[in-house]
Amino acid sequence: MTIFSTKKSWINLTIWVLIIVLIIAAPSLLPVFRLNLLGRYLSLAIVALGVDLIWGFTGMLSLGQGIFFALGGYCAAMFLQLNSAGEFPNSIPEFFGLYGVEKLPFFWEPFKSLIFTLISIWLLPAIIAGLLGYLVFRNRIKGVYFSILTQAALLVFFNFFNGQQKLINGTNGLKTDVTQLFGQMVGSEIMQRWFFWISAVLVILAWFFARWIVRDRFGNILIGIRDDEARVRFTGYNPVIFKTIIFSIAGGLAGISGALYTVQSGIVSPQFMTVPFSIEMVIWVAVGGRGTLLGAILGAVLINYAKSLVSEALPASWMFIQGGLFILVVTALPEGVLGWIRKDGPKKLLFLIGINKKLETYPSLEINEQGEVKS
Amino acid sequence: MTSPLLELKQISVSFEGFLALRDLDLILNQGDLRAVIGPNGAGKTTFLDVITGKVAPTKGDVIFKEKSLLGQKEFRIARKGIGRKFQSPRIFENLSVQENLALSVSRPKTPFSLLINSLKVKHLDQIQHLMSIVNLQAKANIRAGALSHGQKQWLEIAMLVGQDPDLLLVDEPVAGLTDEETDLTADLLKSLAGDHTVLVIDHDMEFIRRLDCPVSVLHQGHVLKEGSMSDIQKDPLVIEVYLGKSEEEEE
Repeated sequence: MTIFSTKKSWINLTIWVLIIVLIIAAPSLLPVFRLNLLGRYLSLAIVALGVDLIWGFTGMLSLGQGIFFALGGYCAAMFLQLNSAGEFPNSIPEFFGLYGVEKLPFFWEPFKSLIFTLISIWLLPAIIAGLLGYLVFRNRIKGVYFSILTQAALLVFFNFFNGQQKLINGTNGLKTDVTQLFGQMVGSEIMQRWFFWISAVLVILAWFFARWIVRDRFGNILIGIRDDEARVRFTGYNPVIFKTIIFSIAGGLAGISGALYTVQSGIVSPQFMTVPFSIEMVIWVAVGGRGTLLGAILGAVLINYAKSLVSEALPASWMFIQGGLFILVVTALPEGVLGWIRKDGPKKLLFLIGINKKLETYPSLEINEQGEVKS
Repeated sequence: MTSPLLELKQISVSFEGFLALRDLDLILNQGDLRAVIGPNGAGKTTFLDVITGKVAPTKGDVIFKEKSLLGQKEFRIARKGIGRKFQSPRIFENLSVQENLALSVSRPKTPFSLLINSLKVKHLDQIQHLMSIVNLQAKANIRAGALSHGQKQWLEIAMLVGQDPDLLLVDEPVAGLTDEETDLTADLLKSLAGDHTVLVIDHDMEFIRRLDCPVSVLHQGHVLKEGSMSDIQKDPLVIEVYLGKSEEEEE
């Protein structure tokens, strides 16, 4: 990825300027409800960056990123629940009372600490992703088998979390919007504005981080693994380590994303670990443009924003539109929207529908005064 | 007398009962250039698979620099100094020529080092030198997938040399090349021998003759004969199994 053509950097620069302007303008332009939605979608862009790293660059299609996303969300929600549990019986979160639990389960204890929570939000998913990944990659499981395996793991986690009423409130999930943080209600307008800013800044930081990873030889090895893993091995690199690291990083990003999404949507529940949601993450990246990083951010934010707008106007139609979008991308824009723009797609389209004339190599020599091309 | 660089001892490989290699013995000394020929299915590629750790032999041992390679992972064997070129060119098509070579010359080959360190000046010089050997300087920033077939073959050979291996295993380097490219490749491999030990597998008789080196004939997973090209061509046994003129036909 060291070849950085000037055209590509111009497109990137333009998009970045647009993003930054929109982010800065949004809080004063949008009502808080819309701002909160945008904040949520920005946080989803972080998980999409992770998907792009493991799928777009390394070629591993994970359909189980929801696991790590939800884990991050649960970490944040447990802290917030504990932080506001003082008024309830036994000073433990309210829902425990419903199931007759009087003593806090042991694994909740460390989440009384804000520092521990802020670290575990990304570290816990990263460790679990690393362990899971290492076992899978060491046995050279890849391609479709890897995808199926990650989806199976997702279902295991989903069912487990659904069934644990006495530990984490099972299928009801953990609410965060009525909890307290720094003396403020998490669901309050001022807090939501803060979460928007935090999401916006973290998306940008996550992009820089991902860019730094793929910028040079490390990223080239990832691309090498995607294109020809055996060659990587015979060149003297151990693909297992590289894949484990990048899968772990994607897990950590998913955790951060899940935590931010949770505090902005007001609840974390096993619904974060459903199969369709994890597949949607892949669709955002595919539509935005695989292996482009920026495309993952655009895909996540724009598709989700479109989803909420369309769902408000035509409630039943979103699934069809999303399916259609995916088919369009797979058939017509295999490199996603950003990949298409970078490859002069818009110019070709204008030519195709007859608005632009096809340029010859030396237009000034070939075209006469009436603008007609001399034969 | 120093010990050989590579020694294959009584190697047998059986794929579900089918013997791909049968009690194969082979010795390569430091600086040797050796050609291996044999009809299709003689076990030529399997024999490279055994050395590079891709296939575990059913029986026998592979000794490299006085140590056994058995049970070692492919990337460890590669790091010990064995480079392999595949039958069809296998390069990283979505990376530029320079990036391909950078991955091959990088040391150490750990994720942390790739992420934190930039490429050393010595390695940058090495990349330039490698590109000049295979005449790809002008294509340094071109996507490797856009190279011609012959250039891909050369890039892969350059990547091998960049790994700085003691032993180069080269599988059919001239398949699909023009005559001129074939001659250049032969000269290139000859110039590499001496500093490196080179083992070449090929079908192309003209090319093997041009290499002007000892030849081993593989037949049904076994070394049928070793010797110079002219000896080999006179050997009735080799003629029978390989050059296709069986005695019955002649009669």
